[in-house]
Amino acid sequence: MGRITLDKITKKFGDVEVIPPLDLTINDGEFVVFVGPSGCGKSTLLRLIAGLEDVSGGEIRIDGSDATMVPPAKRGLAMVFQSYALYPHMTVRKNIAFPLRMAGMDPAEQDRRITAAADVLNLTDYLDRRPGQLSGGQRQRVAIGRAIVREPAAFLFDEPLSNLDAALRVGMRLEISELHKRLKTTMIYVTHDQVEAMTMADKIVVLRAGHIEQVGSPLELYRAPRNLFVAGFIGSPKMNLIDGPAAAPYQCKTIGIRPEHIAVSAESGDWKGTVGVSEHLGSDTFFHVKCDDISEPLTVRVGGEVDVHYGDTIWLRPDAAQIHRFDDAGLRIA
Amino acid sequence: MARAVTSRRKLINTTAAWAVGLLIFFPILWTILTSFKTEAQAIAAPPLFLNFDWTLENYGVVMERSNYARFLWNSILIAGGSTILGLLVAVPAAWSMAFVPSRRTKDILLWMLSTKMLPAVGVLYPIYLLFIQLGLLDSRAGLIIVMMLINLPIIVWMLYTYFREIPVDILEAARMDGASLKSEILYVLTPMAIPGIASTMLLNFILAWNEAFWTLNLTSVNAAPLTAFIASYSSPEGLFFAKLSAASTMAIAPILILGWFSQKQLVRGLTFGAVK
Repeated sequence: MGRITLDKITKKFGDVEVIPPLDLTINDGEFVVFVGPSGCGKSTLLRLIAGLEDVSGGEIRIDGSDATMVPPAKRGLAMVFQSYALYPHMTVRKNIAFPLRMAGMDPAEQDRRITAAADVLNLTDYLDRRPGQLSGGQRQRVAIGRAIVREPAAFLFDEPLSNLDAALRVGMRLEISELHKRLKTTMIYVTHDQVEAMTMADKIVVLRAGHIEQVGSPLELYRAPRNLFVAGFIGSPKMNLIDGPAAAPYQCKTIGIRPEHIAVSAESGDWKGTVGVSEHLGSDTFFHVKCDDISEPLTVRVGGEVDVHYGDTIWLRPDAAQIHRFDDAGLRIA
Repeated sequence: MARAVTSRRKLINTTAAWAVGLLIFFPILWTILTSFKTEAQAIAAPPLFLNFDWTLENYGVVMERSNYARFLWNSILIAGGSTILGLLVAVPAAWSMAFVPSRRTKDILLWMLSTKMLPAVGVLYPIYLLFIQLGLLDSRAGLIIVMMLINLPIIVWMLYTYFREIPVDILEAARMDGASLKSEILYVLTPMAIPGIASTMLLNFILAWNEAFWTLNLTSVNAAPLTAFIASYSSPEGLFFAKLSAASTMAIAPILILGWFSQKQLVRGLTFGAVK
């Protein structure tokens, strides 16, 4: 079981309040991603749940019982660190065995679990090596192995993939998702990468300056961002946010339209503009268009290859059903 | 062309390093050479370098006149005892300063170091009186305590510097893995800090071995270490240079050999954290 409830928890460093009172419930078996820009408090929040930082106020409950003052060693949670944090003087086998040894588990059972974990994570051939002799991806797998052998109530991941190169990151992302499907254990995952958040999460928690901006499934956040911050943060390339005369016909302060919801035409449309830089990805083409009535250049996404060149004049037409409207306070208008 | 310049520069550097090294080592070399001369040759002018009649007579006299073994044993006990006692105090202190620092940690560290700037003679009188009252005068226990206290700032600083290099993530991982504070220090921190702890021990041992001010002032017979042994050969009149040199050579030989075999750790210990 791994149901975690945060009840009005706060965190202050000295006089600086990094987490204002915050409530959140993480259900058993859920894959929850904390996402937000650097310094938004997502890692601090994870460390509060882990017990590595003390809360300044509020209560943390794990499976119904108060864990606020319980030391990290006794919370039954496992954590995977960004730096992997392997024990450099121990072999892979001993690294993975460490939590079991600390729990005083009998050696035969330790061996059985280590073998099983190594098998799942493709580490069988490396069990007698030291962390220094492994690649980044292998080290991260050892860190995950050390977490899974304990069969914890929940896994905590603190930006586990940010030290890996891009190709490896995609692979590890799939492996972690796969692991979640198999183990069905609660996972809390911190990242600043919204692609990781969108692809892995059951539930995304978007944070800014310690506040929760929105909680929802990836598609809820994509379809109905609650405010301008979430609208700009979720989605890649990011949503075009348009103020001024172009927004006026929609009776709101700001409209948002995603790059994939704009149609391009050489003859007619709502906005006329000049093509700037194009990015050709093969599967898609992104181009940046400077429109007459709109201060910021718009990003447009078109499937496949498009024959549009720098300096061309084109017409854009947003898909009316996909326009997001925001009021003066930056909140979504339903 | 760049290569030629590099190798010439290398030659200059090597020569300069050897010159400085020999300059520093010269007094020790001269002491060792003098210990093999007769008293008359020891003060000959111009000084004799290698062309003298080599003799072991001085060593014979020194061994006959004083109990070298007892002085040696006292030195080992005092240097070793103060080192071990110092580590027992300094490891927990450095742990808390490195991993759970408070706002005052930096000040405390500096304050500790500042005590090393006080001239020792400034506290001689109070410590001497305390020693009389506590009956510690001329006792090994007393000297072990004094040596430990005067070297403690250096031990704490060195360990603190070493511990600071250990990523706190790894200790946090141990906590998440269910390790108690004891297990964390025993199974994770200590094995990772062993090189640092070893070089700290070594340096402290050498410092305590060479310390002369306190050992000369607080001992007379029972607890006198090798520093007192050397001092007993200096006299206001007569010829004593050769015998003094023989005594000095015997006093520094054990630590010289220890230092020679552990120079790598020593250099690493002294420069650790300096470059990063």
